[in-house]
Amino acid sequence: MHPSIVWVRDLTTLDEPQSTNHLLHLIYLPSARILSTVNLNWLKIYYFTYGNIERAEKYDLPSFRGKRNNNKDLGLKMGEALKYNRRHGARISAGGFLFVGLFLVSYAFAANPNIQLSDTCPPSFGLSEDNRCSLRHMYQLYDSLQDSGIGGLKTALPKARDGFTPQQIDLGRLLFFDPILSADNSLSCATCHNPAQGFGDGMGRSIGIKGHVQMRSAPTLWNSAFLSSFFWDARAQSLEEQALGPLFSANEMGNTPEQLMASLKSATAYRGLFKQAFPDVATAMSVDHVITALTAFQSSLVSLNSRYDQYAHGYHKALSKNEIAGLNVFRSFVARCSQCHTPPLFTNQQIAVIGTPEPEGLPRDIGAQQTFNSAVLRGGFKVPTLRNIAQTAPYMHSGRFQTLREAAEFYTGGRGHAVPEDEELLLHWHISEPNLTSDEIDRLVDFMKTLSDQSLIPTTPAQLPSGLPFKHMENMHEKS
Amino acid sequence: MKNLNTLAIGLAFVTFAAGWYLGGSNDALTITSSSGGKSYSGGYEAEQSTAAKGSGAVKLRTTEGTTHIINPGDSIQAAVELAVPGDTIQVMPGTYSETVYIDKDDIHLRGVIVEGERATLDGLKTLNDAILFSGNNIIIENFKIIDYKGNGIMSQAGNNFEIRNNLIIDTGIYGIFPQLGKNGLIEHNVVSGIADAAIYVGMSDNIHVAYNEVFDSVAGIEIENSRHAIVENNHTHHNTGGILAFITPGLPVKDTYDVIIRNNFIMDNNTPNFGAPGSTVAGIPAGTGILIMAADDVVVEGNIISNHKTAGILITDHGNADDLTLDPESDPNADGAMILDNVMLNNGYDTIDAVRAFALTELHTGDIDIFQIGPTEGSCINNRHRYKTVGVSDFTDCDFTNTDDIENYLLAGGAEPRVILPSERGEIAYLGVCTGCHAYAGRLIGPSVMEIQALYADRPEALVNYINAPIPMRDNYPEMPAQNYLDAETQLAVANYILKVGN
Repeated sequence: MHPSIVWVRDLTTLDEPQSTNHLLHLIYLPSARILSTVNLNWLKIYYFTYGNIERAEKYDLPSFRGKRNNNKDLGLKMGEALKYNRRHGARISAGGFLFVGLFLVSYAFAANPNIQLSDTCPPSFGLSEDNRCSLRHMYQLYDSLQDSGIGGLKTALPKARDGFTPQQIDLGRLLFFDPILSADNSLSCATCHNPAQGFGDGMGRSIGIKGHVQMRSAPTLWNSAFLSSFFWDARAQSLEEQALGPLFSANEMGNTPEQLMASLKSATAYRGLFKQAFPDVATAMSVDHVITALTAFQSSLVSLNSRYDQYAHGYHKALSKNEIAGLNVFRSFVARCSQCHTPPLFTNQQIAVIGTPEPEGLPRDIGAQQTFNSAVLRGGFKVPTLRNIAQTAPYMHSGRFQTLREAAEFYTGGRGHAVPEDEELLLHWHISEPNLTSDEIDRLVDFMKTLSDQSLIPTTPAQLPSGLPFKHMENMHEKS
Repeated sequence: MKNLNTLAIGLAFVTFAAGWYLGGSNDALTITSSSGGKSYSGGYEAEQSTAAKGSGAVKLRTTEGTTHIINPGDSIQAAVELAVPGDTIQVMPGTYSETVYIDKDDIHLRGVIVEGERATLDGLKTLNDAILFSGNNIIIENFKIIDYKGNGIMSQAGNNFEIRNNLIIDTGIYGIFPQLGKNGLIEHNVVSGIADAAIYVGMSDNIHVAYNEVFDSVAGIEIENSRHAIVENNHTHHNTGGILAFITPGLPVKDTYDVIIRNNFIMDNNTPNFGAPGSTVAGIPAGTGILIMAADDVVVEGNIISNHKTAGILITDHGNADDLTLDPESDPNADGAMILDNVMLNNGYDTIDAVRAFALTELHTGDIDIFQIGPTEGSCINNRHRYKTVGVSDFTDCDFTNTDDIENYLLAGGAEPRVILPSERGEIAYLGVCTGCHAYAGRLIGPSVMEIQALYADRPEALVNYINAPIPMRDNYPEMPAQNYLDAETQLAVANYILKVGN
């Protein structure tokens, strides 16, 4: 649980919240990070009682504009609201998250086209002499067999993509949230990879441009810096290659390289930003630079400080008895979860044919058969990470399972139980008959929920260089 | 191995011609003596272990910690939770029904045997695994383990382990299963009635499997996607397959090489295959003494291999094996098979159709000691005239006759943990953990690093005390979570680091 959760609403379409349920449509951010990056004119703090608004206070903030360190009064005010909300039981459970104390921060801006890109690295990155951000995390204290980046508790991770400049990461962040990247300004990357939904969109199959329903769900971007292949069917080998997919797919963002660059060049603010991010090149605005910036930003989406991680580093009280029991089911050779969802990334990055059902009425998705032109990989998909998995329902490549429990139960339904008679799949050897008890399934769910850590969630930009409104709230579905 | 049929037909014509030619050309026998000749030098870099070889794999203790004595009625796991690295847990004879998991380093878990009575872990056919460990320098010995559903003893990424003198009966999928670890010794265990492999070394390095008896299982001893392994002096009998060295495609560690299989008694492994559908071992033909599939540089020396109906030694690539997934990153061929002198009796007397059909392409009928199919490079065999062989005509004579120079592939003194300087450790913990809530200047979630530096200047120990058990100091700041999951060394390193870090 995050110690302090703040919700920020898209400033351009701000409605008064009616209840905490309403706030599910908002994006949350650790408090002070907003204050340090946003020019606030005013702020509203809402006090909740059991999900309903008790009262709201508008707080005028002329003195805070643009000042990073001078937010003590505001902090006090927020702290007071936090305590109040805690006392009055304002807590809701959403997608496995327990929110305690909610603030709604609304803000208005003075028009500001002169955005300065950050000159510091995101948390968890150290800045080198030559202005590069390199990732540091606790798993760097360990080794892994054959440098494979897989193993057990104290095992090294695969080498991560890093080494981008703070400016490139920050530009990537702006681009990521900016619908200017789509052909008709209707979607941004964040539309399907919404930070508030574990960098997914809460849907089984994502919706692209003009309402095109995709074949598969949007994979989380958490820890994508550690991956060596991308997309459910593993058809891309780098973040750069991956980014080209949705950008220029007619069904996703629907853009073309020419149109993308024309739009970006016509948005005056971007010219200066690309120069800041790529100062050494004559023409800093090209598709390559867009892709590099998006990669840089995605490489900063690191989640390695969950309660599970504390356990892994040696603090055994970090997990409850039930959660440890779940870990033991997870790694036992009866359930065999950890054979493919191998720590510390909770994926071994291989293709597995497991034979999950498609949503009703849909044909079999052949998956990696296409990528590798191999019938034995029919219906095979890349093993997804389980980190922050509680945030990314529904589950499997096309979202057939609504809950973690349903997803876990699939594995105990019997080898091939959901494969139609006329379908021939070479099922993975770990798809077996574990006959897990109902209790064991519950424990697995308990354990998977310990893999949540969103402490390094990036800040949503205060405004977009294009001046366009944000487009990552529309797809948000309420989670039960 | 159904695929063998198809391929055999495809290759029939070509190989027929080759076989015909070679069939008439072995008048002069090359006879090599296995004593006194040149030894195999091994694929393992000798310079990696300069210190004298110890007898075991765990790091030697300089001081002994506490010994915890466990009696029937006590919980072994409770003792594990109390134990600290350096401790020994002694389990007295009696029955214990629990899963013991050791997520700590340097714990020795010892059963005590009194007049033949052992400490018995009984899974009652309901518990998953008997013993799981992830720590380094773990010893598990002298237990009797029965009726678990998953594994008898499993390790995940533990280095420097010794699994010794355990009696493991009907414990599900694997009897002993070290995975993703380095430097392990598995010796003097008796393992039986296992639905997959009695002893399964998966994705591991520097492993020594010796003096075990394995029987009534699908696979006796299996070396999979592993390197620098020696399997010696074991007795493997009445399994489906005796000893296996292979690559399973689709695993994250892609190769198997440098394996020595020597001086084992491999007998009567004709048990019908009862492996789970889809498991790799489900494809082993009953009656296989040794199976080498896609593994490279496997030396087979000094074994007695007798009474196997399919073949004494079966060598194949992935292409001729059935039901395997595609993995472009795994080399599918079994290169560098090295067959030294072995005693082979009564093998291949009732082989599978696919093997028989391919043998016919070489005009071979009757028993088969050694069967090889698929492309292979750098393979060799000594005194080939002794055996009934199929598919080894391309093998050269080996340029060595024994493996005497290689005692084992264990790392003297144990595999070393990664060496991290205190300064690096401090930086890693600061950036990896602290910066999530603390910015250098200005409040993020907690107070700024500058404020912390002002408060704790020159007092890193006080800062360590605070992060171990934080108490609320400021109104309106969320409570800091305790950082007591970091070990003492890391805590001090990060305290020192944070007190001097600049923006």
